[in-house]
Amino acid sequence: MQKYSKAYYILAISFIVLFFGNLVYGSVNIPAKEVMNILFGGESPKASWSMIILNSRLPQCITALLSGASLAISGLLLQTLFRNPLAGPSILGISDGANLGVAAVMLYTGGVIGGMGGGGYLTIVLAALAGSLAVLAIIIWFSQKVKSNVMLLIIGIMIGYLASSLISILNYHASADKVHQFVMWGMGDFSGVSLEKLPYFTCFTVVGLIYSLLLIKPLNALLLGEMYAANLGINVRSARISILLCTGILTATITAFCGPVSFIGLAVPHVARMLLGTSNHKHLVPVTILSGACIALLCNMLTVVPGSSNMLPLNAVTPMIGAPIIIYVIVNRKNLQYFN
Amino acid sequence: MKEKTIAVQAKDLSIGYLQSKQRKVVQSNINLTLHSGEVTCLLGLNGAGKSTLIRTLCGFQPPLGGDVLLRGKPLSKYTQGEFAMEVGVVLTERTNAGGITVHELVGLGRHPFTGFFGTLKERDNAIIEESLKAVGMLHKSGNYVSELSDGERQKVMIAKVLAQECPIIVLDEPTAFLDVTSRIETMVLLRKLAKEQDKAIILSTHDIDSAISMADNLWLLSKGKQVRHGAPEDLIMDGTIGDFFSKENIAFDKATGKLNAIRPNIFPIGVLGDFNTSFWVGNALVRNGFTPSNMQENGYNIICKSPADIELHLPCGAIKKATCVASLCDLLCSITLL
Repeated sequence: MQKYSKAYYILAISFIVLFFGNLVYGSVNIPAKEVMNILFGGESPKASWSMIILNSRLPQCITALLSGASLAISGLLLQTLFRNPLAGPSILGISDGANLGVAAVMLYTGGVIGGMGGGGYLTIVLAALAGSLAVLAIIIWFSQKVKSNVMLLIIGIMIGYLASSLISILNYHASADKVHQFVMWGMGDFSGVSLEKLPYFTCFTVVGLIYSLLLIKPLNALLLGEMYAANLGINVRSARISILLCTGILTATITAFCGPVSFIGLAVPHVARMLLGTSNHKHLVPVTILSGACIALLCNMLTVVPGSSNMLPLNAVTPMIGAPIIIYVIVNRKNLQYFN
Repeated sequence: MKEKTIAVQAKDLSIGYLQSKQRKVVQSNINLTLHSGEVTCLLGLNGAGKSTLIRTLCGFQPPLGGDVLLRGKPLSKYTQGEFAMEVGVVLTERTNAGGITVHELVGLGRHPFTGFFGTLKERDNAIIEESLKAVGMLHKSGNYVSELSDGERQKVMIAKVLAQECPIIVLDEPTAFLDVTSRIETMVLLRKLAKEQDKAIILSTHDIDSAISMADNLWLLSKGKQVRHGAPEDLIMDGTIGDFFSKENIAFDKATGKLNAIRPNIFPIGVLGDFNTSFWVGNALVRNGFTPSNMQENGYNIICKSPADIELHLPCGAIKKATCVASLCDLLCSITLL
């Protein structure tokens, strides 16, 4: 435990710093003192400030940290299950399924969506859930049929392609403004979850995160491969379904609420392994959750262009952090020892 | 004499697999027993069904007929958890365990005994250390698995099985990727564990040499033949092993326990001399297509006085001297030309 406490300290401090950083730093300049004041229920000199902090920045902050944690843990679960350092939530077609659901709603029933408010939003969420759960159902069905996880991974990638091709068809026949709307959604955004929607979002993600904590023992056994795991008394089939289901719930929820956020799921588990120096899931799972939260908060901060009211799209920022990490992991072979 | 405990018993067992609802039987009518405290080697050429038999014994695939009894109870009656405490396996499957320590890896062997989160208690840690000590890897307990050599990795996997505290250990080609010394070390270790901890150990292997020298028992699997079993020496002397491995150009030599390629010109040459030199001269003769035999009247004979003083007696009575086996080989080549 002591060996690993350094990672926990670093993450706890980064988390607090980034959390408050997110609240203080934004396109509207609010002094840190006032932010604290507003947070602890004080009166602020400007009503708009407390509006910005409590109704915009705080929910966005919580959304970002929960999304980061969820995507990161999905990536870890899939990397362990498929024994592949390049597995991530998008690879199994789960997020493509969600995209397809959203595309169908946005591009076809279009008028309802209008802005991002009201009942239209709920339709998108349900569509994304339906799409990803449909893909998940197909994957789970195949997971009963196909013995090898590599095969299953390839099937997942193929289903992803199928979903993308359907999205292309939908896009091709949709009107320009709806396509634009869909493209905007596809860029990812942590600000889409308003204060009213936050409880639902929190509920789904927290359930998924707790679910992942319960999978620590089978995940560790799976490090040895499925046959060894079975010999250690692990019911491999149900462990597999649990892992896929957990990933599915988390990915679907995040994609529905925030759009298809790239790279966090793929890169964060590697950051967590580097920080910890172990692939023992007893520590790797909590550290991945924490690192995911931190990195998502960092990405969220980076979307704010300093000194202007312009924002960068989230999916423009995540690869800037994620891609170098992946390249570093692959070039530096020591980091791949976890998959030997 | 102490009665041997039967750990595993195969009764009229048929093994094979289901392929698109068709039963593909690889071997049938297998009747074998595995005793505690013994090392049994499973030998057979590729395609004979070694892996299928191993997988059936490990519970990874169901028997197609007959039954396997583990300590008297049929395999199918075991739950997965109970089975995990009965049979421990070492496989050729690739693992992803490079990022955990040796201690943690062996700790995975405690999984059938630990709680929901797999937390190790004091007793578990004591058993892990005990297991690492038994395989001689305690000093590497804090190292990452990725830092180990193939031989060390194999030992750690064996320690994992020991931590599992199973009376039966099944190993699928444990020496396949090892160099020659690690191979012998592994076999010696398995023998030690069988004797000291009264484990029933079965391993599949292609290494006939070490199987013959290390196994208490051999199981011979061959396509289209009945499974044979027995002590290696008995199987060699009654010709069973010879039958099993002989092919068109390959013959099993009862005298040396080796498989040799048969050369077309079998030409007997008498060999006489001290044991060591004549043994290795015999080796050179076989390689060059001759058959070492008793002294030949009116034939070629080799008198070995010492490794540096070897005489080749020709039928005409002439004697040629060689100072080492290499120069003897050169002389032999000139005979072939005659």
